[in-house]
Amino acid sequence: MNCKQSMQLLSQLKIGQLATISAIEAEEFLFHRLSALGFRVGKPLSIIRRANFNGPLQVRLGTTDVILRDAEASHIRINVPSN
Amino acid sequence: MKRIALLGMPNTGKSTLFNRISGASARVGNWPGITVDLMSAKILIGGHIAELIDLPGIYDLHGFSEDEQVVRHFLSNNAVDLVIILLNSSQIDRQLSLVLQIKKLKIPAVLALNMADEARQTGITIDSESLTAALQMPVLQISAKYGDGLPKALQAATQIINLNQAATDPKVIAQFLQEDNQIEHEMENLIQRHVQIPTTFTDNTTDKIDRVLLHKWFGLPIFFAAMYVLFQFIFTVGKPLQDGLAWALDLFRTGALEPIFSHSPTWLSGLMLDGVYNGVATVAAFLPIIVLFFLVMSMVEDSGYLSRAAFLMDALMAKMGLDGRGFVMMLMGFGCNVPALMGTRIMRSRPMRLLTMLVIPLSLCSARLQVFIFIITALFAAKHAPIVLFSLYVMSFLTMFLTAVLFQGQYKNAEPFILELPPYRFPTFRQIVLRGWHEVKHFLVRASKFIIIGVVLVWALTNFPSNVPPASAGTYAGQIGAFFAPILDPIGINSQLAIALVFGFVAKEIVVGALAVIYGLQGDLLMAQMATQIDWVQAMSFMLFTLIYTPCLSTIATIKSESKSNAFMWLSIVWSLGLAWAISFVFYQGARLLVY
Repeated sequence: MNCKQSMQLLSQLKIGQLATISAIEAEEFLFHRLSALGFRVGKPLSIIRRANFNGPLQVRLGTTDVILRDAEASHIRINVPSN
Repeated sequence: MKRIALLGMPNTGKSTLFNRISGASARVGNWPGITVDLMSAKILIGGHIAELIDLPGIYDLHGFSEDEQVVRHFLSNNAVDLVIILLNSSQIDRQLSLVLQIKKLKIPAVLALNMADEARQTGITIDSESLTAALQMPVLQISAKYGDGLPKALQAATQIINLNQAATDPKVIAQFLQEDNQIEHEMENLIQRHVQIPTTFTDNTTDKIDRVLLHKWFGLPIFFAAMYVLFQFIFTVGKPLQDGLAWALDLFRTGALEPIFSHSPTWLSGLMLDGVYNGVATVAAFLPIIVLFFLVMSMVEDSGYLSRAAFLMDALMAKMGLDGRGFVMMLMGFGCNVPALMGTRIMRSRPMRLLTMLVIPLSLCSARLQVFIFIITALFAAKHAPIVLFSLYVMSFLTMFLTAVLFQGQYKNAEPFILELPPYRFPTFRQIVLRGWHEVKHFLVRASKFIIIGVVLVWALTNFPSNVPPASAGTYAGQIGAFFAPILDPIGINSQLAIALVFGFVAKEIVVGALAVIYGLQGDLLMAQMATQIDWVQAMSFMLFTLIYTPCLSTIATIKSESKSNAFMWLSIVWSLGLAWAISFVFYQGARLLVY
């Protein structure tokens, strides 16, 4: 593992932590939908909150807030800058 | 005639702009190459009459959602003279892709940047003049909500229309639509050169509200409380209006119509007054609550709270094969099933929409509530009444849950749950009224035909053959009652109640009145008479059946027009009838075994 930053899935990101998208691994339909909402490689994002009972995530990308389920978030790989 | 298409991403205020330009002249129409109805309106632009079409809100011209395909098929099958593209200024960094996609198709276009005020508040500055030059299309900042900048945008549209260029060739468009490279690079270049975006959001009002409304533990209770208040509001305000309207319609009947028909043959006055007029009056009495419903719901929807409700309820709904938005529609169904069914239009995936539409008719609407209150008052002690009514509400939720769980395999939705969470916005009065009016008009046109036919039919069934007393066992309705006896006897429903159920198929509002006609009594006398004829087990079985079987003809008509499928309409009817019978049977026979 890289000593400066670690790779993980968006679904594993902690609330409030900043990260950058490193890869989107999804089939065409989902990929299109994600990229249309602003999910692109290199874009910074953070998780604002998570609904109870393993509910959806609220993700902030630039000026846009998006809610998505864990199932969709696990298609997005992110880089988390380590302290 | 010139044809102008309105295109934009969801939540950009596209419908608001459409309503503002078209006023109240919009209609729903069919278009070649696509299966869904699109709103269109005839508008006057630069001396030409042009047709303005409201295309579905899409993120990406090359995407594969249903709406994205609708737009592609529309453009590949219908020539257009101009596309007005509407973007949300504060999200221009990602929405510009749609503009470049249209530009690639070489369709003449005007770019309208909406919500410029919101963008300014967040510190985004857009140089529309240099962007005009770079894009080689007019770029104008407007406010769809308040109409600012709209005249200039329409002027730019007029100039393009007046060039009288040939309209797009759908075949060429169809070819172009196959290629979509380079757009991303071009987009980044343009954004870097012409738009300055601050690194942090300066407007955090939405964040502050969300901290409360989306709170981990308080979010849901607050949501339920808010919904309860809205329902209270709708019915507190709507009920007197409905009663008043019913009173006025009745006065019109006794004051004007009955004298007119007093000299005509009995069958004609019966058909016109008890059949047609009662039918129209039934629909009309629905109106105040329907109008209020749409006013309130469009307010909630435009405010951005609906997406939040979806966020809060999604985890639970996912277990039923539905999503957060479906829950909101189920709640709406407790007022009236019809607007709730129409509300499923916000769902993009057809299987999920159908599953939600299958569930909604099971919610205990206000019309059924009226029947239950009547029966409970007649047959149950006052101290038991609240428990009986509460158990019916629980039953309503249980049947919805059961239906969704059983059918979720049939209606697997392929669409992932990704929703944009827009900032909170205050809708304008005009916006709410226009939305409400469109929905009401739509409802009236559809429901009136259906209800009139249904009511005339039921009237005929209870009045022929004419040599026997109306609604007696000798009439066709009575014969139908006798015919169904083998099915209805096992669930404790006698032939009088069976005739009421036939009436109830048209609308639950008629059930109590039908019982009055059947027993030839009204008010306390009717309740007393019924109490001597049926016991509480029969009454409960009757109420369970009434709760679960098809709510009314308006609901069926709405299911048919919203699903555009006869097969689905029949599935909904057969399923609800079957489930109603099965549950009533289990209850009635079980209660007879255990209690009596």
